[in-house]
Amino acid sequence: MASIKQAFNEAVERVRMPAPTRLRDLIRQIRAARTAAEERTVVNKECAYIRSTFREEDSVWRCRNIAKLLYIHMLGYPAHFGQLECLKLIASPRFTDKRIGYLGAMLLLDERQDVHLLITNCLKNDLNSSTQFVIGLALCTLGAIASPEMARDLASEVERLMKSPNAYIRKKAALCAFRIIRRVPELMEMFLPATRSLITEKNHGVLITGVTLITEMCENSVDTLNHFKKIVPNLVRILKNLILAGYSPEHDVSGVSDPFLQVKILRLLRILGRNDVDASEAMNDILAQVATNTETSKNVGNTILYETVLSIMDIKSESGLRVLAVNILGRFLLNNDKNIRYVALNTLLKTVYVDTSAVQRHRSTILECLKDPDVSIRRRAMELSFALVNTNNIRNMMKELLLFLERADPEFKAQCSSNIVMSAERFAPNKRWHLETLFKVLVAAGNYVRDDVVACTIQLISETQPQQNYAVSALWHALEKDTSDKQPLAQVATWCIGEYGDLLLYSPPSEDVETPINLTEDEVIDVYQRLLWSPQNTVVTKQYTLLSLTKLSTRFQKGHEKIRQIIDTFGSNLHIELQQRGIEFSQLFRKYDHLRPALLERMPPMETARPQANGIIGMVNGEPEPEEEKSTVQEPTTTTSDSSALLDLLGTTDVGVTMSATTTSNKNASGSTAVTHNNDLLDLLGSLDLNTPTSAVTPTLPLQPQASSAPMFSPTNTSNFLVDGLLSTSSVQNELPSMVVLDKSGLKITFNLERLPDIPDLLVINMLAQNSGSTVLTDFLFQAAVPRTFQLQMLSPSGTVIPPCGQVTQVLKVTNMNRAVLRMRLRISYTGPAGPVLEQTEVNNFPASTSQ
Amino acid sequence: MMQFMLLFSRQGKLRLQKWYVAHPDKLKKKITRELITTILARKPKMSSFLEWKDVKVVYKRYASLYFCCAIEQNDNELLTLEIIHRYVELLDKYFGSVCELDIIFNFEKAYFILDELLVGGEIQETSKKNVLKAIAAQDLLQEEETPQGFFEDHGLG
Repeated sequence: MASIKQAFNEAVERVRMPAPTRLRDLIRQIRAARTAAEERTVVNKECAYIRSTFREEDSVWRCRNIAKLLYIHMLGYPAHFGQLECLKLIASPRFTDKRIGYLGAMLLLDERQDVHLLITNCLKNDLNSSTQFVIGLALCTLGAIASPEMARDLASEVERLMKSPNAYIRKKAALCAFRIIRRVPELMEMFLPATRSLITEKNHGVLITGVTLITEMCENSVDTLNHFKKIVPNLVRILKNLILAGYSPEHDVSGVSDPFLQVKILRLLRILGRNDVDASEAMNDILAQVATNTETSKNVGNTILYETVLSIMDIKSESGLRVLAVNILGRFLLNNDKNIRYVALNTLLKTVYVDTSAVQRHRSTILECLKDPDVSIRRRAMELSFALVNTNNIRNMMKELLLFLERADPEFKAQCSSNIVMSAERFAPNKRWHLETLFKVLVAAGNYVRDDVVACTIQLISETQPQQNYAVSALWHALEKDTSDKQPLAQVATWCIGEYGDLLLYSPPSEDVETPINLTEDEVIDVYQRLLWSPQNTVVTKQYTLLSLTKLSTRFQKGHEKIRQIIDTFGSNLHIELQQRGIEFSQLFRKYDHLRPALLERMPPMETARPQANGIIGMVNGEPEPEEEKSTVQEPTTTTSDSSALLDLLGTTDVGVTMSATTTSNKNASGSTAVTHNNDLLDLLGSLDLNTPTSAVTPTLPLQPQASSAPMFSPTNTSNFLVDGLLSTSSVQNELPSMVVLDKSGLKITFNLERLPDIPDLLVINMLAQNSGSTVLTDFLFQAAVPRTFQLQMLSPSGTVIPPCGQVTQVLKVTNMNRAVLRMRLRISYTGPAGPVLEQTEVNNFPASTSQ
Repeated sequence: MMQFMLLFSRQGKLRLQKWYVAHPDKLKKKITRELITTILARKPKMSSFLEWKDVKVVYKRYASLYFCCAIEQNDNELLTLEIIHRYVELLDKYFGSVCELDIIFNFEKAYFILDELLVGGEIQETSKKNVLKAIAAQDLLQEEETPQGFFEDHGLG
């Protein structure tokens, strides 16, 4: 009776109000729109209409209007004004209304909405409905949009429904419980009893949701994990039944029985068997069975095998089983399906550090994947290949990887080249091979090479004296070709030719080095000119080249004049760094010509600490370092020019170290034992090359061209004053008296002494040189030496020129480990109005407090 | 757990979106836009997987429609392909050789079918028959309460 009345009322409504556009008509209209603007007009018109019906509380067409709104929402238009209407639909007794209402709620509501409170009530009502499909709708909605508050409010309802006699309800309730635990883990306890019975079911829907729920619970807490260890036999039985049971059309997917359930069970087994020998033992056989019995012609079978492999790798499985698993992955690599190759590489990458030898067997297949058309497969294959490189296979692997590098997309080149450099450093069989590999990388990766590769190649060449001959000619061959897209190569090559250019042109030919025949100095200079003037070369490369060219002026026998001309042109270069370099270097050809050979001396071998490299070579190879290594260590101390180069290198930053180094060489050379410090000190000073005022500047150039602001040519350099300021402020309370150590012909040198409170051994001497005369003093150089029981560190001076009434400062740091009485020998040279002046003096009147 | 599923056309038009994680509308739109662009730019010879932010994206093209799912790190991407395929099979059975237009004009049905296959981002039913049975029963329920013959344009129309 009531329904007849309702139908009648609705009929009256409908007559009163025209029926709104049907959903399919709206979709047609929108699809007919030719432009975005046209579509907007249609949508806006319809939205305005829908809003008005919402205002009028039109309940007859609400369902249709919401459906239209949902379509509009999918197109990207705002639809939030439909949220409350969705709730009204849910509250309606009609199933059609509820169905659309819940759909709308899932699409339009998000967590922040206040309407969540209202929907919680609706859900509670519907969870108690007598129609299974209404309960189903409510559970499905709860599963999709459960917020923590909703989860708390409705957990008990869900728990009740998990025990429902209706399987349709039970499976949905189980997944709701899963979502509730995800949102609010502490609600887990209450679901435990109802969960256990889920896996005793026959219905696959209930089984799979039950396994999903248990998996979540086990990942959630260790206690629960231990609690569920006892279901391992149940799971094994279910899995066995799935494999052995005959064809069941309901759950079959291309010949495999319910792959969805199989995968879920395998995953739960993995979690239960992890770090548990007994549980692993219990599932060993079934895993082997699944691994061997699964049909692999289709994606489904491989899905299961993939999950099985993951489980075998993760639990404490027998070694035979692990080999089986890696072999499955090896077969995957040969599969035609790119997706399967991808997961195989991914999985191998995870296991390669655990089971290297097993993965090594598939090396050639993995290398094959470097040629795959799919980028992500290539990337994985590359990562995996680098993980597989070791001493035994390095030659072959590198051959393949270099080929890959050559053809690789730009996105790979940087990473690949750095990885090759790293592997080569770790596993190189010998220096020659190492150098060859580095050169190949520089050629193949071009501009994508990272900066560290340049530095470490230069370093390797520098420390490997026997291979320098080879290096310089190989790099010359590379440099002859066009290098505009290979800046790092050009940098290494110019550095190397600059250092060892004489080897390139004038070394006796040897059988293993392909020396360029009849190469003339002019040809080399021509290539340099090309490099310097090509607009494609970066400023950094040009700085390398310019410095290298300057160095060549002392390596070459004839080309000196031509080089000077080229360098002079840079004095007016537009780029300020190059200009400065040009001016500085051309000074070396004029005013300081006598210094040039010493300044441009070959650099001593750079020995950076490479503990990782040496350590690993020592361990992995088990073979001693090649003898060439040792000879380079001996070499620098044999000649005086080398020791001065050492001073060049360490120069002003750390003279204390320099002193000790030269002292040893001195000792070696003369065989004298230290009898009197005074004489030694004089010897010491005498053996130093005192004509190198700019020592620290030039040699550091090849390493950091940008960082070189030369103090010699920039009298405005104030960095030392800054340091002074810092030092003096930090130690005000420890001020010691100042002392005048020299006052002669207008030059007064004062020591201001300081002790840092926290380092009692350290005495800081602020040297102040003042010019009270009326003429400029140039080439001012202050040198000091202390007995060997002290350590002296001299920071660079604030300048070398003292104008009338001007001053120069320099900081000296003396470390007095033995608390002895400090004596110091000084040597001061400068050019005054009457020509060069040399002053020497000894200071032994340091206050007694300095040695306490 | 599946985080979301998107259906979109080769022209980049969204046809269906199902979110199992709570994101503000704005973020959903951003993710959708980015993913559609990324996937449409991929070449056919590439694999179906995409490492994207902290999720794994699995996608597959069926005729003119892309089916795209975001899953978590320890989910099985090959199985996700099976889930997508199962959904396509269900749509196909329900509509009778489904095409893009079926999903456009009956998008709500497509949602209903998905909701009988997945709940909360996890699979709830592995039998095709059971899913279709549940859908048919609910459709019947809808038909029964519609007073037939009164007005032929009742319901969603």
